[in-house]
Amino acid sequence: MEALFRNVRELVERAEKEQKLISEIMIEQEILMTNRSREDIMIQMDRNLTVMEEAVEKGLKGVHSVSGLTGGDAVLLQAYREKGNTLSGDLLLDAVSKAVATNEVNAAMGTICATPTAGSAGVVPGTLFAVQNKLNPTREQMIRYLFTAGAFGFVVANNASISGAAGGCQAEVGSAAGMASAAIIEMAGGTPQQSSEAFAITMKNMLGLVCDPVAGLVEVPCVKRNAMGAANAVVAADMALAGVTSRIPCDEVIGAMFEIGQSMPSALRETAKGGLAATPTGKWLESKIFGGAVVGSGQ
Amino acid sequence: MKFKSVFDIIGPVMIGPSSSHTAGAARIGRVARDLFGRQPDWAKVHLYGSFAETYKGHSTDVAIIGGLLDYDTFDERIKTSFEEAQKAGMTYEFIPETGHVDHPNTARIVIGDEKSEMSMMGISIGGGKIEITELNGFPLRLSGNHPAILVVHEDRSGCIANVANCLYKYDINIGHMEVSRKEKGHMALMVIEVDQNVDKEVMDELKKLPNITQVTRIAD
Repeated sequence: MEALFRNVRELVERAEKEQKLISEIMIEQEILMTNRSREDIMIQMDRNLTVMEEAVEKGLKGVHSVSGLTGGDAVLLQAYREKGNTLSGDLLLDAVSKAVATNEVNAAMGTICATPTAGSAGVVPGTLFAVQNKLNPTREQMIRYLFTAGAFGFVVANNASISGAAGGCQAEVGSAAGMASAAIIEMAGGTPQQSSEAFAITMKNMLGLVCDPVAGLVEVPCVKRNAMGAANAVVAADMALAGVTSRIPCDEVIGAMFEIGQSMPSALRETAKGGLAATPTGKWLESKIFGGAVVGSGQ
Repeated sequence: MKFKSVFDIIGPVMIGPSSSHTAGAARIGRVARDLFGRQPDWAKVHLYGSFAETYKGHSTDVAIIGGLLDYDTFDERIKTSFEEAQKAGMTYEFIPETGHVDHPNTARIVIGDEKSEMSMMGISIGGGKIEITELNGFPLRLSGNHPAILVVHEDRSGCIANVANCLYKYDINIGHMEVSRKEKGHMALMVIEVDQNVDKEVMDELKKLPNITQVTRIAD
């Protein structure tokens, strides 16, 4: 079955030519590729949205992982935000705290919806539920947010990679942030081209991001990278809505991400052998959690 | 195209913490069980690359056992699958390997009971999506995302045509098909991905075809 789009250029061209939303092109492609009914597809995405809502809700009540490395930060962020005197602004910190909430639930082996992976599951819902408070979308618009994000993720997955082990964290949180940014644009009433610009701007600022989980766990630095991915997505969406464009076309940015991922040493691709995982404290934490010889000197 | 559905990107709904190392691992375990056709008595799981380095932290081991117990990616019982396996009388062993493999997230699952043994190699390619790359020494490519039939047969002319004709008779469309053999004239394998689930009637008819040794089905 031939896909309706293989890259972002084709996706945007089709949306413009047919005067449709990117989410609609993604829904039509899903119908075409899987022979499922529109109703079925919408119901499944609605369920995914519900899983995301429940994860954020759970995370905001405060969860902690078995290792003790992560947990409770979403609660701190929400409490700080509620004081109403944040530097970076209410929406931004709301997105950040909800991204953290989701990833804290993930680290604690709770139920989440991968977007596009579990390690990067916070960015898309975090931004969605923060922007929701500002734009008051309908349930259908919220579901469409996930299809728009999915359309861009689909391109990355098929032309580059969404796996940290294959392409570093730029492939996971980088992709998630780009996807969220493109989806914010559609929800905010921007054009398909602006979605593409927002994705490109976001991804450009995630290039080179290594995957170096301490003790091999999806906790440090994953949770905080989701936080910053969410912030990156919101700011890039504002830039694109302001009319800022990316000098390097979106598909070429995705290509660059793939090339960078290919040339990354394996120590920096989810093996827990390099980067933060290889710091003295990282090694000390690993030995503390899993036993074995204490290699580093911890705090 | 490796990824065909938007739900490969926005999904799966799963127990954390890692789509490739937890959800993908559970799926690899579950396909192994499907191929084996029943719950094995024992499992030896060889882990390679990133799986070998990080399996404890990602609960890859727990997830693979969950899959072998037939749990889906979002089944809460994944968390306690070691205890569940013990209750079910299944023993298991994990062997981290240092050898080179093509994909960083690779597992070789060897399972068996008193009747038979099976070896399967699976890779987790990201976002919870997996591929099966080897079965009992036969190289193959199986996404695990579509219903599929595996046919072990004698390497004789007409086998492939007979199987294809049988599927045609029941109006089952083949989406992807691979054939392989270790040695001319000996054991051969057909891997057929189809568009809909294959019911028992078709399976029984396939089993009766000449020179067919074993037919296994993997539901979507």
